[in-house]
Amino acid sequence: MSLRKLIVPLLLAAASVTHAAKTDLVLGMQLEPPNLDPTGGAAAAIDEVVYANVFEGLTRFASDGSVQPALAKSWEISDDGLVYTFTLNAGVKFHDGSDFDAQDVKFSLDRARAETSTNAQKQLFAGIASVEVTDPQTVVITLSQPNGALLFNLAWGDAIMLSPDSFDKAKTEPVGTGPFVFSKWVQGDRIEITRNPDYWGEPAKLDKATFKFISEPTAAFAALMAGDVDAFPVFPAPENLPQFEADPGFQVVVGSTEGETILSTNNKQPPFDNKLVRQALAHAIDRKSIIDGAMFGYGTPIGTHFAPHNPAYVDLTANSMYDPEKAKALLKEAGFADGFSTTLKLPPPSYARRGGEIIAAQLREVGITTEISNLEWAQWLEQVFRGKDFGLTIVSHTEPMDIGIYAKPDYYFQYDNPELQSLIADLEGITDPDARTESLQKAQQIISDDYVNGYLFQLAKTGVANADIVGLWENSPTQANDLTAVYWK
Amino acid sequence: MIRYVLKRLLSLIATLVVASVVIFVAIEVVPGDPASYMLGLNAAPDTVQALRDELGLNASKVTRYVNWVSGMLSGDFGTSYTYRTPVSEMITERIGISGPLAIYALLLSTLIAFPAGIIAATRRGSVADVSIMGATQLGVAIPNFWFAMLLVLFFSIQLRWFSAGGFPGWDQGLLAGLKALTLPAVALALPQASILARVMRSSLLDTLGEDFIRTARAKGLTTRQTLWRHALRNALIPVLTIIGLQFSFLLAGAIIIENVFFLPGLGRLIFQAISQRDLIVVESVVMLLVFAVVLVTFLVDVAYAVVDPRLRAR
Repeated sequence: MSLRKLIVPLLLAAASVTHAAKTDLVLGMQLEPPNLDPTGGAAAAIDEVVYANVFEGLTRFASDGSVQPALAKSWEISDDGLVYTFTLNAGVKFHDGSDFDAQDVKFSLDRARAETSTNAQKQLFAGIASVEVTDPQTVVITLSQPNGALLFNLAWGDAIMLSPDSFDKAKTEPVGTGPFVFSKWVQGDRIEITRNPDYWGEPAKLDKATFKFISEPTAAFAALMAGDVDAFPVFPAPENLPQFEADPGFQVVVGSTEGETILSTNNKQPPFDNKLVRQALAHAIDRKSIIDGAMFGYGTPIGTHFAPHNPAYVDLTANSMYDPEKAKALLKEAGFADGFSTTLKLPPPSYARRGGEIIAAQLREVGITTEISNLEWAQWLEQVFRGKDFGLTIVSHTEPMDIGIYAKPDYYFQYDNPELQSLIADLEGITDPDARTESLQKAQQIISDDYVNGYLFQLAKTGVANADIVGLWENSPTQANDLTAVYWK
Repeated sequence: MIRYVLKRLLSLIATLVVASVVIFVAIEVVPGDPASYMLGLNAAPDTVQALRDELGLNASKVTRYVNWVSGMLSGDFGTSYTYRTPVSEMITERIGISGPLAIYALLLSTLIAFPAGIIAATRRGSVADVSIMGATQLGVAIPNFWFAMLLVLFFSIQLRWFSAGGFPGWDQGLLAGLKALTLPAVALALPQASILARVMRSSLLDTLGEDFIRTARAKGLTTRQTLWRHALRNALIPVLTIIGLQFSFLLAGAIIIENVFFLPGLGRLIFQAISQRDLIVVESVVMLLVFAVVLVTFLVDVAYAVVDPRLRAR
């Protein structure tokens, strides 16, 4: 056999190998999840790894934010809106081989709403009076009062289904029902998941996915450029995005998130208890220069606490247009012709730190002096969120559909308006979609007219991925990296 | 000799006791509750309370200090609040990267610095001396994280010889592990080697001017023999001190390099634990690092006594 005869087939084989589509994916994330149990912590990174991949709930969010059936195939709602009867998919198995049935649903929901529960979103289950098993495929949830948001609430990562046999291992070795099986966690470095060959639904296209944790933005950039990481769904260095946009090897995906970024205002602390002062604040802020300066142009201006991609959103930005002269006049009217000084406490994310500097400069223009202090998250929670010891702060509220926080008078910005409170309370009982939209729009209008907080922008999701990857979520209706439909071209 | 070692040992223990108190108090004083950090914005107060109970955060400070120290003495470093895995396991895993990285960097820096320092000292004023001194000047001045980025740009992005960071794990083979640690070790070693080379050179120059060197030469030894038998051994004392300091620094101070290369080492563990308010991890890792530093100092002290018999008498 001549040398050529030996080499040519080898080369052909090599060529065909390189042309076969890859079936594994390395995904970069800035933060590592502290554990892998979505029912036992608020860290977004938990859901970013396991939501829809390893764990599933009765319902789930699709990439457009709509609520879809998941482990529950279908459901019926009684006329009074109090009884939900869920029919479960048949043949569903946990990754350890045990069957998933109605008993597991009862166990998971009862555990989440129990007295001793450490579920970070316990309020999702607040209205549930009982969970009863009719037969292995049927479960009945009875509410104490109608709750139009129940199906939405059950789609959260905090409402995923666990087995009584394996729930206590979920923090380090999660056992779910999803299209991927947890395989390995090298703490500080990566988590690996592999395709579940026995998945009950449409199987995943990838054989294997690795989540790699890279906190340093420059390192994230280098890892993508060197090909160590195939995609960074939330890329931490927006200043490098133009470079990726110019490179045909990469795609830059800009989508929306549920993060309303606001200049949160302590409504009980003088002078912010005066609506005129809050109105002045709103007119003193130039959203565009904040988005350009702090976010490199990525972000959608908002005029109320609601996500612009939601069908019920009303654009109220005109209500608080940038008008420093008007702001000065309003301050004068409120009795602060010479301005005043206050505190501006900033948590670590760059939207807050960079945005804070710009806002401080804008407020100085109308005579408001701010004393900036930079806080770590733990300090921020203690001082601002729990201690309510702040004048102003900047934070992105990333929970989906969280306008309900304005109905809690002891929530950290301390907005107390009975009209809004009864509106939100009534909303729970409304199941008709049109009527819900109407109420939600009314609520948006009220908080905008009251200038509760300075509404800045909706946080954008800026991701970078190899140009050959298809199927990554563009938007972020919940914090997740759903890999079920992802494949290589 | 034994008395000398015992005295050093006593001071080591005293340092550790004081350090444990200081670390515990400092970390307890800093505001921020681990439980509320973990549960986020929507958690109800009773949920936070339930988690605090679960984590044992409601016990008194004295009880917690005593539990911590007695646990450590029996090798039990407690359980991480956030990861819920034993701290000792986490530390062992991270040392498996930080330790080899520190040793790798130290070896590299010694391998570069010793010959460079010796050549510069023995050929003082020559072209070799001037260029070595110039290079070390540069090496000391360049920040190592910046040098690290240059290495990544060239070797990872341009040439694609090494990955830009990360660690495959030792189970992937010794070679894969060493390869992943090469760029970080080079980045760490460069400034260390520069400092070490300069110390080596000046210490050797001092020694070469001593009377006993002239005596050695006078009794007929060649320059080379004098250097190896007499000068080097005496010049090593200050060099050993620096190496000891550098090893402690490399073990604990590689935080920035570990971040640039996203290596799951001890530095990154502390970094993460601080921002997550994982107090028990911070306390235990810092304590361990103090122990490492104190131990290295102790070993260097003992090494002095071996190299320099005059010290044993004291």
